[in-house]
Amino acid sequence: MTTRAHTVVALGIAVLLSACASTPGRPYDPFEASNRVMYAINDPLDRYFAKPIAQAWVDYMPDVVQMAVRNYVNNIDDLFSGVNGLLQGKLDKAGNDFGRVLINSGFGLAGLIDIASDAGIPRGNEDFGQTFGYWGIPQGPYLFIPLWGPTTVRDGTGSIMRLVWSPTTEIPDVAVRNVIYGLGAIDLRAGALEATSLIEQASLDPYTFVRRSYLQRREYQVYDGKPPPEKDED
Amino acid sequence: MHYAYWLPRAIVGLLCAAAAAVAFAQEAPDAMVKRVSQDVMATIRSDPRLQAGDPQRIREVIETKLLPNFDFERITALAMGRNWRQATPAQQKELIEQFRALLVRTYSGALTQYKDQTISFKALRAEAAATEVTVRTEVVRQGQSPVPIDYGMIKTAGGWKVYDVIVGGISLVTNYRDEFNEQIRSGGVDGLIKALQEKNKGAVAK
Repeated sequence: MTTRAHTVVALGIAVLLSACASTPGRPYDPFEASNRVMYAINDPLDRYFAKPIAQAWVDYMPDVVQMAVRNYVNNIDDLFSGVNGLLQGKLDKAGNDFGRVLINSGFGLAGLIDIASDAGIPRGNEDFGQTFGYWGIPQGPYLFIPLWGPTTVRDGTGSIMRLVWSPTTEIPDVAVRNVIYGLGAIDLRAGALEATSLIEQASLDPYTFVRRSYLQRREYQVYDGKPPPEKDED
Repeated sequence: MHYAYWLPRAIVGLLCAAAAAVAFAQEAPDAMVKRVSQDVMATIRSDPRLQAGDPQRIREVIETKLLPNFDFERITALAMGRNWRQATPAQQKELIEQFRALLVRTYSGALTQYKDQTISFKALRAEAAATEVTVRTEVVRQGQSPVPIDYGMIKTAGGWKVYDVIVGGISLVTNYRDEFNEQIRSGGVDGLIKALQEKNKGAVAK
């Protein structure tokens, strides 16, 4: 329970801090000034803490362990993908997702092995943020959270729901639960190792580059790969 | 972090959209993407110098096989948006050159990482008379979700040319439009040119 509370409080503080520094500018990023501060804080945290851990994980942890952790996280994502498929009335996709969860949780050692993919059942990728978007709720202000990355008020709310309702929270042993959270976080960062060096090379202003990439990607996901044509702003 | 997962795949996009030095003026756009992709993949697989990351050889492949298929003037103009018309011809020329250099440097670093992937090509849905089409492909790597890569293409006198690469919904042109706008807002067109020049110099130093 305390984990949930911490997460909510942390995000709440981030939002409040942002609100204080609200500046006029791009309508989708009213808190740009404070977001840039968060981005600057994130840089050394990532460079000297998160990234080295993730790199060591990729370099030294046996592939089997890496796969098991990824599969465990993916299995929970599949569960929520199914729930959100239902919330958006996408019954076929939801059926696939729930089928995957049943197979992998049952025969795949609580999701550590991804048997369903071997059986050719495709993964969905729905989440709460996309459901809100599907329902017509706008993104709301863009936010950059250190060690988490880019999000928006809408997507961040979805991510909190995903964390709070995760079956992992039901694991009674706090130590085990925290190890799972930790490994999940490392896996998440490890999945983006190639990307961060590319962003540094490719962009004149990484903050802008990351923001636009994130917003484009989410728009694309909400519309299942068929977003409406973009307006050419300013 | 989902956004980040897709970015490196942009590399594949640029790599695979390339063209041979020979012009296939009447070649359909989807056929062109397919031919160039397969050509580049085969070259990477069969060339030990490429696999070892020899920078000179990588540049060669990008210059001869990929770049002839890109319309850099259009890419730069689209990324500039309405600021393009405010730039003088001399500024435009410099912008095209610097932006091209930036893209080449960025992508040459990753050319060889993608030899163990397969690309599937989707049927092209466009009218015969169309002068702008989107060619859709999907890159599959073992054990990962497929990555959709779309190519915005335009018909020119020299055949079909790529003017945008869209990886998992992230458009290269749209991304850079924000970046360029930001630079122009603070330092004008010359400020943008200077930023690109400095970025490219830094890339050399590394």
